[in-house]
Amino acid sequence: MDMGSFLHQFVQQLINGVSLGSIYALIALGYTMIYGIIKLINFAHGDIYMLGAYFGFVATTMLGLSFLPALVFAMAAAAVAGIVIERVAYRPMRNAPRIAILITAIGVSFFLEYGMILIATPQPRTFPAVFDATVYNVAGLVINSQQIVILGSALVLMAALTYIVNHTKAGKAMRAVSFDMDAAQLMGINIDKVISMTFALGSSLAAAAGVLVSIYYNSIDPLMGMMPGMKAFVAAVLGGIGIIPGAMLGGIIMGVVEAMVSGFFSSTFRDAAAFGILILILLYKPSGLLGKNIREKV
Amino acid sequence: MLKVDNIDVYYGAIHAIKGVSIQVAKGEIVTLVGSNGAGKSTTLRTISGLLKPKNGTILFEDNHIEGMSAHKIVGMGLCQVPEGRRVFANMTVMENLELGAYLRSDKDEIAKDLEDVFKKFPRLLERKEQVSGTLSGGEQQMLAMGRALMGRPRLLLLDEPSMGLAPLLVKEIFHIIQEINESGTTVLLVEQNANMALSIADKAYVLETGRIALAGTAKELASSEAVRKAYLGG
Ligand SMILES: Nc1ncnc2c1ncn2[C@@H]1O[C@H](COP(=O)(O)OP(=O)(O)O)[C@@H](O)[C@H]1O
Ligand SMILES: [Mg+2]
Repeated sequence: MDMGSFLHQFVQQLINGVSLGSIYALIALGYTMIYGIIKLINFAHGDIYMLGAYFGFVATTMLGLSFLPALVFAMAAAAVAGIVIERVAYRPMRNAPRIAILITAIGVSFFLEYGMILIATPQPRTFPAVFDATVYNVAGLVINSQQIVILGSALVLMAALTYIVNHTKAGKAMRAVSFDMDAAQLMGINIDKVISMTFALGSSLAAAAGVLVSIYYNSIDPLMGMMPGMKAFVAAVLGGIGIIPGAMLGGIIMGVVEAMVSGFFSSTFRDAAAFGILILILLYKPSGLLGKNIREKV
Repeated sequence: MLKVDNIDVYYGAIHAIKGVSIQVAKGEIVTLVGSNGAGKSTTLRTISGLLKPKNGTILFEDNHIEGMSAHKIVGMGLCQVPEGRRVFANMTVMENLELGAYLRSDKDEIAKDLEDVFKKFPRLLERKEQVSGTLSGGEQQMLAMGRALMGRPRLLLLDEPSMGLAPLLVKEIFHIIQEINESGTTVLLVEQNANMALSIADKAYVLETGRIALAGTAKELASSEAVRKAYLGG
């Protein structure tokens, strides 16, 4: 491969990777926020992404909504689902040993996957094309309008989340609970409410990712959340679990690495690359790229 | 104002507090002294609602608060500065103080209280935008106290405010506690530093392995033979 075509391929894969990575980032944010608040790896989070895709499907086919209203509908419905799951499955376990809650999360994951198979059959469904996919050729690079919508939506959502977390009262309460639950209660913060809100936010972001991906691949199925869920989890660990900008960074890196591996080697190695990253990060920087420990001085 | 009546608190099978009763009247400084592991923090955490007593009652201004959620108790005007400060180290001084006023929406009054806190602790004003994890231990103690005051407590619980601080700083902190009390806030002060605590308190309780061993006016206890031997270094 000569330099010119290498560069061309590199930039092309960078574009693909950032767009895919923004999806991972949206899912990873939920993992990281929920972990940050209740120290739970929510194994059912990938399935919320699947739920979101189905909510989007219902919105576009049965309710006949267009892209934006369907996206909002899916996000709202998934937020409710997230709140209900936390209340029913996780809250009663709050003082139980960590491993018991982890197993509960795996149970919730199976429940959602096989529950959806029961309701919607295991057959993949075609997600309607909510807008026309235009392919742009810019200097020999192929950019799909859907990629632009995906990236644009993801960026808007991440900006909104960053604003909520850093500049609203609810966001401050979230950060306080995540840092020190007892101290937060001594400020008068109702931790149950904050935890519900965290599940709502995380779930709605995952649902947005589900809808965006479904538009891109125009196919959904009840087990579609497994692989992206795992990879987004790796992305969250890569960035530093519990750290919000870390999830964004980890997601983008994950997407870019996958695209590069697919582009330069073979897409067969794509998934191996993702989990190779997990092994490397656990070996060399278990706290993640942005992970650092702020210690209290005494 | 506060009436803790015969409470029992357990950590699993460990019986940490055994039939403790404490009374605090409006306007007083009451201190709870005792050695490490006696159950002082457990008592305060139970009053604040972070732990539930197995038996017994806690009345705050004639309302039952035993078993009530911690955030509701704060809303009733009972705030705590926990042991080890527990400031939100990843947030700025200002954000910490804002969180102290989390339940309030009276903007003008909040601004007034903020000014008061900065007057009491000028060092916090200088470090308003500093991330609080980078403050010194004494500054973190001031921040934790300022943060609790932002909740406008009528009763303030303080858990070992002198812990790990240099003597000069301890003096300053105790002076401020007296000031807070003089401006109308009732104080329940937990200390290992019994000397200092007895010097500013009206009433005192001595806690020993989960039980009240002695109670009386601070003067009585400061001059009591038993207390001098055990807690005041002869
Ligand atoms: N989270 C906990 N789990 C089990 N035992 C605890 C816990 N916290 C405190 N204890 C025990 O309860 C007793 C009282 O502790 P504490 O209230 O912290 O004492 P103090 O504040 O007087 O030093 C001690 O024996 C301590 O070991
Ligand atoms: Mg203690």
